[in-house]
Amino acid sequence: MAHHCCSRFLDLSRFRVLKGNQVISCADILSAMLLRGIGQKLQMAYGLNARLLGFLKSSRDKVILPCGDIAALVYLWNPFTIVSCVGLSTSPIENLAVVLALFGAVTRRVPLAAFGFVMATHLSLYPATLAIPIIIILGYGLDAPPIKLFLQTRSVENEKSSTSTVSKQAKSKQTTHLPFLWKTVAHFLFWVLLWSLYVLVLCALSLNKYGGLEEMFKRTYGFILSIEDLSPNIGVFWYFFAEVFDFFRNFFLIVFHVNVLFMLLPLVIRLKHRPCFLAFVYLAISSILKSYPSVGDSALYLSLWALFVNELIDMKFSFFLFCGYLGISLLSPVMHNLWIWRGTGNANFYFGNAIGYACFQIVFVVESVSAMLNHDRALRRSSSNHGEVKS
Amino acid sequence: MACLVRSWIPLLFLQSFLVAIAFGSNEGEEFSEELLLKPLPDRKVLAHFHFENRAPPSNSHGRNHHLFPKAISQLVQKFRVKEMELSFTQGRWNHEHWGGFDPLSSMNAKPVGVELWAVFDVPQSQVDISWKNLTHALSGLFCASINFLESSTSYAAPTWGFGTNSDKLRYGSLPREAVCTENLTPWLKLLPCRDKDGISALMNRPSVYRGFYHSQRLHLSTVESGQEGLGSGIVLEQTLTVVIQPETTSVETNMQPSWSLSSLFGRKVVGSCVLAKSSNVYLQLEGRLGHESKNVDTEIEAHKLWMNSDFDLSLKPDRVIRESSSLLFIFDIDKSSDSEPFDLGLTWKLPSKWSCEQAPLHASRFLMGSGNERGAIAILLKATESQEKLSGRNLTTDGRCTIKANIFQIFPWYIKVYYHTLQIFVDQQQKTDSEVLKKINVSPSTDKVSSGMLEMMLELPCEVKSAAISIEYDKGFLHIDEYPPDANQGFDIPSALISFPSHHASLDFQEELSKSPLLSSFKEKSLVRSYTEVLLVPLTTPDFSMPYNVITITCTIFALYFGSLLNVLRRRIGEEERFLKSQGKKRGGLKQLLSRLTAKIRGRPIEAPSSESPAAESSFLSSKLIFKIILVAGAAAAWQYFSTDK
Repeated sequence: MAHHCCSRFLDLSRFRVLKGNQVISCADILSAMLLRGIGQKLQMAYGLNARLLGFLKSSRDKVILPCGDIAALVYLWNPFTIVSCVGLSTSPIENLAVVLALFGAVTRRVPLAAFGFVMATHLSLYPATLAIPIIIILGYGLDAPPIKLFLQTRSVENEKSSTSTVSKQAKSKQTTHLPFLWKTVAHFLFWVLLWSLYVLVLCALSLNKYGGLEEMFKRTYGFILSIEDLSPNIGVFWYFFAEVFDFFRNFFLIVFHVNVLFMLLPLVIRLKHRPCFLAFVYLAISSILKSYPSVGDSALYLSLWALFVNELIDMKFSFFLFCGYLGISLLSPVMHNLWIWRGTGNANFYFGNAIGYACFQIVFVVESVSAMLNHDRALRRSSSNHGEVKS
Repeated sequence: MACLVRSWIPLLFLQSFLVAIAFGSNEGEEFSEELLLKPLPDRKVLAHFHFENRAPPSNSHGRNHHLFPKAISQLVQKFRVKEMELSFTQGRWNHEHWGGFDPLSSMNAKPVGVELWAVFDVPQSQVDISWKNLTHALSGLFCASINFLESSTSYAAPTWGFGTNSDKLRYGSLPREAVCTENLTPWLKLLPCRDKDGISALMNRPSVYRGFYHSQRLHLSTVESGQEGLGSGIVLEQTLTVVIQPETTSVETNMQPSWSLSSLFGRKVVGSCVLAKSSNVYLQLEGRLGHESKNVDTEIEAHKLWMNSDFDLSLKPDRVIRESSSLLFIFDIDKSSDSEPFDLGLTWKLPSKWSCEQAPLHASRFLMGSGNERGAIAILLKATESQEKLSGRNLTTDGRCTIKANIFQIFPWYIKVYYHTLQIFVDQQQKTDSEVLKKINVSPSTDKVSSGMLEMMLELPCEVKSAAISIEYDKGFLHIDEYPPDANQGFDIPSALISFPSHHASLDFQEELSKSPLLSSFKEKSLVRSYTEVLLVPLTTPDFSMPYNVITITCTIFALYFGSLLNVLRRRIGEEERFLKSQGKKRGGLKQLLSRLTAKIRGRPIEAPSSESPAAESSFLSSKLIFKIILVAGAAAAWQYFSTDK
C-alpha cells in the first residue's frame, strides 16, 4: 500500500537494499530538480515584483537569494529525505507527484499539473487540498504582493511596466481585481477529469478480479480515513486511537479529519495572493494531521519552505525550531528502540516524542504564516512610505 | 376389593411402562463403556475411558430418547451438524514416550486448551452462521468460553490440510482456555450413569486432574440411514484420556512401578452401569510378544500370559488377544459386585523396557527473533527411529522414496505473516519451493476481520534427518480493549497440526471384535497426526492507565494548532485598519458597517470618525436590533416546528 509508510529509521542492514531502490532515489533527485525549477520561477517573479514596487531600488543592500537552489539542496540533504529513501518508504514517490503538480502549475503546463495532482491524490489522498492553490496559480499567476499595493504604487507613480503579465493585465482592465483566467482553470479541470478517469479505468481493469474499484476505495481511502492500523508512527493518531474509548472513536475521527479541512478557507482568504505559499501551508498542515504521517512528508514541506527564504528571512523562533527538529529526530529512534526492542521504556516515551514533534510542526507552520503576513505588511509600509516620499 | 383394584391399576401401568423402557432401549439406542489401561515406558500409566452412545436413525422429530442425551441430539438437529469434535486438554502429549503412531495417540493427543471442529450439512452460505450458533450452544453446555470461537478472527476453514476434505468444515482452537472440573461435570452429565456407577465412577476429580495429561473429548457423527424418509442416526463418542504417575515405593529406579486401579484413582469399580450394553476393561501391554509363544489355545499357555516371570495381574483376564506388537487383556466387569469390587492391579517382577511406536517425523515449533516488532516462526521436523517409517513409504513415479507431511497452521491477525519469506531447509540446506513443496494453500489474514491460514504439503525424502520451515512476521498493535486482562503475558498462537497423509495407524487384531466399539475404532485406519506446542508471543502494550491523559493532551495540541493559526490569520495592525477606514470613508455605507462590525467582534475600541453621523449610528443599531429579532424569531419558529412535529 502506497500510503502506508511509517517512519523507518536507519538500519545498517538496509544499506544492502539501497542498490535495489533506484526508483526511490531517482524520484528524490527528480523532485529536487523540479523544486529548483519552481524556485527559479518564484525567484524571477519575486525580483520582478520588487522592481515593480520600487522596493528593490530603495533597499539596494538586499539581495535576492537563489531560492530554487536552496530548496533543492534542502530537499536532497535533509536527513528526513535520506531516511525515508533508505528506509524504502514510498513517500518520495508521493512527494514527486506533489512537486510535479506544483511545477506544472508554476510553469503553466496544465496537463502536467493535472497529472501530478491526480497521481498525488490517488497515492495519498491528502494532496487533494492542493486543488485550491493550483487553481489560484493558474487563474491569477504566481506569488506576488497584494494587488492593492500595485494599485497604490501606480496611482502614486503613474508608472507602468511592460514586462509583468500581472500588471499588464491589471492595467488593461483598470480594475481593482485581477482577471481570473477561467479558460486555463477550465482546461485544468478538464485535464484532471481526464487523468482521473484514466487512472480509475486502469485501476478498474487491474482490480477486476479482486472486487473492483469499490474494494480499492475501501481498502485505500477507507484505510486512510478510518485509521485502522495502530502501529506507531511519528504522528499522534496511532496512540490516540489505540487508547480512546470505542464509542468516541467515530466522533474523534470526524473531528480530526474536519480539522484538516477547517483551515482551508481562512488560509485562502488571507493568502490568496501567494498560492505557492498556500500550497506549502496546506502540505504542512496535512502532514501534521495525516492519519499515517512519516518524516518523508516533513522533508517535502521543509524544502517547499526553503522556496520562500526571501520572504521568510526574518521568521521568529527559527533557531528554537531547528533545535526542536534536531532533538526530535535524534530522540525518536532512541525512544522507539527503548520501547519496542529493549522493552525498558514504555509507549508514553515514544508518544511524548511524537507530541513534541507535532508541537514543533505547529509552531513552524504558524510562524511561517505569521512571517509571510508580516512580510506583506512590511512591503506595504515601505511602499506607502516610498510613495509618500516620491510624491 | 375395589380399593385394592384401584391401587393395583397404577402399579400395573408403571410396570408396563418400565418394561416398555427396557425394551425400548434394547431396540435401538446402545451405550457401552470401556476403559483401556496401558503402562507407558516412562513409568506412567495411561487410562483411556471410552463411552459410546448410539442413537439409531428414526423418522420422528422431537424423539424420545432413553439413553441418548437430549441436549446433543437437539444440537445436531438444530445446527445440522454432520460431524463434530470438541476436546478439552491440559498438558502436552509426549510423542516420544507415549507413542505417536498408534490410533490412541493420533486420535487423543490434542492441543492444549479447547479445540473444536465441525462439519455442517447446510448450504455453503449458512455454514458460518451455524458455526457461530454452535459455539454459543456448546459454550453454554460445557461451561467454557467456546463462544470466543464465534468471531471470524479465531476460526478458519481448512480445505485439505486438516485431513478431512470438506468445504463445510470449520476449525478453531482456544489455547488459553483453562480446563477443569466445571468442564468435566457437564460432560459426565451426558452419560446415562453419570459418574455414579460403572467405569465412570473411577473419575475421582483430584486423581484425574493430578495427572500429567488429561484430555476430554466429545466426538459426534451422524450416520445416514440410507432409507427414504428416515432421519439420520447419531453416534456420540466421549473419551477421557489421562496419564497418571503411579505412586511407587520401589527403590529400584529401573523397575516399572506396580499399580492397581484403587492406587491410581483412589476408587474401585463396583459393578457396571446397568444401562450399558457392554462394559469392559482392557489392559494393553506393548512389546511383549518377542518371547511369548505363538499360540494361546491351551489354558496353561493363557495362564502363562498373565502370570509369568515378568509381571502378575491381580485378576484373571476373560480373554487375551494378540496384536502385531502388543498383548491385550480383556476383563468384563459385570461379574464384580459390592463384596468383590473390580480392582485390577499390575505388579512388575523384573525390570522391563520397551518403546512406543513413533510417528515418522517428530514436530516441534518455536519462535525466533527478539523485540516487539517482528519475529519468525519455525517448525522443525526431526526424523524418529521409527521402524514403521517403512510401512508408510510410498514411491513416487520416478522411484524415489518420500514421506508426505501436511502442515496446517492458523495465524491470528495480529501476527502479520509475510508468506513470501517462507523458507524450507532440508538437512540444513535451503531448498526451493518446487523441490519439496508439493501443495500450498494460503489465506492471508485481514486486520480485525479474519485470521490467516497456511496449509502446505511437503514431500520429503525418506532418509531425511531434519526439515525446518521458517516464516517471518510483524507484530500488530492492538486497541486497548483488545488486550486480555493480563496483557504482558503475551498472546498464544494455536498449535500447528502436522499430519502424515500416507501413514495410517491401526491395530490389527487377529480376532473378529465386532462387539467392542473401542477396539473396532482402533482397528480402523486413522490418520497419523501430531500437534505442536502452543507459542506465546509477547506483543507491545500501550499504557493502560493513560486514556484520559492521551485524549486531553492530543486535544490540547489540536487546540494549539487551531487557535494559534487562526490568531495569526486574523491579526491586523493599525495601519491596515486605517487603510480600511479611509476606504470606508470613501465608500461609506455598507463597507463602513462591515468594518465597524469586524472591529466590534474583535472587541477593540474604535475611534469613531468625525464624519460619522448619529443617524448612521442609529441605523446601525437598528439593523443590529433587527438582526437579533430575526434570529430569535427564527429560533422560536424552528423550536415550535420541531416540538409540534413530535
